[in-house]
Amino acid sequence: MKQFIAFFTKEFLHVFRDRKTLLLLFGLPVVQIVLFGFALSNEIKNSKIVIFDYAKDATSRKIIEKLEVSKSFEIEKNITRVEDIDKSFRAENIKLAIVFPANFGEDLVHLKNASVQIIADASDPNTANTLTSYATNVIMSYQKEMMQTRNIPYSINTEMRMLYNPELKGTTNFVPGVMALVMLLICVLMTSVSIVREKENGTMEVLLVSPFNPFLVVISKAIPYLILSLFNLIVILVLSVYLLDMPINGNIFLLFAESALLILAALSLGLLISTLTNSQQEAMLFSLMGMLLPTMMLTGFMFPLENMPVPLQVISNIVPSKWYYIIVKSIMIKGLGFSAIWKETLILAGMTALLLTISIRKFNIRLE
Amino acid sequence: MTDVVLDHITKTYEKGSVVAVDDVSFSVEKGELFGLIGPDGAGKSSIFRMLTTLLKPDSGFATVNGSDTVKDYRDIRKKVGYMPGRFSLYQDLTVEENLTFFATVFNTTIHENYDLIKDIYVQLEPFKDRRAGKLSGGMKQKLALCCALIHRPTVLFLDEPTTGVDAVSRKEFWEMLKRLKTHGITILVSTPYMDEATLCERIALIQGGKILSIDTPEEIIRRFPKPLYSVRCNEMSRLLKELRSFAEIESCNGFGDYHHITFHNEAEIEKLKDRLIKAGYSEVEIRIEEPTVEDCFIRLMKSLDNGE
Repeated sequence: MKQFIAFFTKEFLHVFRDRKTLLLLFGLPVVQIVLFGFALSNEIKNSKIVIFDYAKDATSRKIIEKLEVSKSFEIEKNITRVEDIDKSFRAENIKLAIVFPANFGEDLVHLKNASVQIIADASDPNTANTLTSYATNVIMSYQKEMMQTRNIPYSINTEMRMLYNPELKGTTNFVPGVMALVMLLICVLMTSVSIVREKENGTMEVLLVSPFNPFLVVISKAIPYLILSLFNLIVILVLSVYLLDMPINGNIFLLFAESALLILAALSLGLLISTLTNSQQEAMLFSLMGMLLPTMMLTGFMFPLENMPVPLQVISNIVPSKWYYIIVKSIMIKGLGFSAIWKETLILAGMTALLLTISIRKFNIRLE
Repeated sequence: MTDVVLDHITKTYEKGSVVAVDDVSFSVEKGELFGLIGPDGAGKSSIFRMLTTLLKPDSGFATVNGSDTVKDYRDIRKKVGYMPGRFSLYQDLTVEENLTFFATVFNTTIHENYDLIKDIYVQLEPFKDRRAGKLSGGMKQKLALCCALIHRPTVLFLDEPTTGVDAVSRKEFWEMLKRLKTHGITILVSTPYMDEATLCERIALIQGGKILSIDTPEEIIRRFPKPLYSVRCNEMSRLLKELRSFAEIESCNGFGDYHHITFHNEAEIEKLKDRLIKAGYSEVEIRIEEPTVEDCFIRLMKSLDNGE
């Protein structure tokens, strides 16, 4: 036990004396959360729009008011000529034009049917799409209100509901993804690099010629990173709850337990990489290529897996973070319990066991 | 009692294409200071790594403290101290942290075996809060020795401990080894410096993975078969070439300020000086010389090359 403590102390000293590593360890999660949460967010705020109101009646004004209070839009100006629509798209940074035809309110009340034209700048199709649906949402919600107050018996109602994420918040997707990414990166990279560093510096040689069980050398190197990663998890969760208004709907202990499982999987993977490589550079390259790309691409938080060709979907099954991502989404966002995620947990546990077995068998108690 | 035994040990690398250690056998007695002397690439480190259980021999067997280096590697790892050729401590930890760490790993404390390292550690003590990476070469070696000694090993393996260390520190280092001997520790040390050979009790001269000779340094020198002469004049590099072309000269090697030569026929010595002066050399000086381990090494190496 004393030996273990000596190892922890040593490993923590290594980490805390190496400023660059320290920055990587604790800076990375913060930077990623902030970056993904704000800068790289795919929700759109304060888009400039123009309104062309032929109707100028109570109904159209109410809808405009609603658009005005929406966080997504910022009404740049009201225009009165058809040519100005085109002009403002070209000259200014206008994303959307909303046109109310004459007699808009009349039509709605009497004919129970009125149309609004939404013109979007589709040079960026994703933004155009999102903004159009935001605008539609606003109009729909008004329509619904109106129907309730005026008690119109029949109506054609397009109901749109965004499950779990009614405001189409981008962060709900990012946080679980970033959690998976950060923990995998840190655990795999740090473990493999720190073990390989001992090989490279020759200290492994000295450690092997000691009564300390060689495999325990490696295990005791992994545990400090487990602790550091759990600490990182807390940082990520605190940031996402207080900075990004992201809820934790499920059981937080279950979330920690599952995260510990992912960390174990990552540590065993790091261990495996360290037994296969002989220099820090090699280990780093392996970890980055082996972890960063698949985690970014095949986890599902950046690009939906459902849209990928079948071979990639099959490959994604061996990426641990894919399962973790499903688990975290289920716990944090949907608020589900263990019964909903036992399958994914089992797969992740199986992967960990497999990786650990291979790396133990591969681990070299000698120098050859 | 024998502490270390090597029996027909062979070790190859790169799937047998590089022979690092070629059928080596020797043994080291308990409490002996044994030197493995040879140039870089002679196979010294490979032998040390096999004895410290880090490498498996291709054939042959070795025991340390009576334990087999392959089967009973765990027993050996508990008892021996090993200092690799390269500085292998944690550069980002301080002197004291390194020592404490290794003491704990070996299930002991600095305090418990302080008497063993005291002489060495007192010199390190002023720097105990300095990071190991910032120490001078000599200090690093002292720290590494302390770390290898901290668990009071029965056999100490020192792989080129004086390489890259200044002359004064080298001398100090050997004095430390002599003091350690009084504690009954068997010491195996390797070095490429021939002048350090005489500081060992027994030496093995090694070259190309083969043992050239094993004996006490005095005996090895005594066995040098012919009188050795040293020659000096004003143009040393021309002299070296010219001496080598002379038929009566058996061998000629440059040794700093002198060239060491042996003759096929001893009687030729009288004529040599005149011949050299005639050839245009001045300040010619020829005298009989006591052979060194290096002379013996070069002679043995050449006879090995000639297939004798």
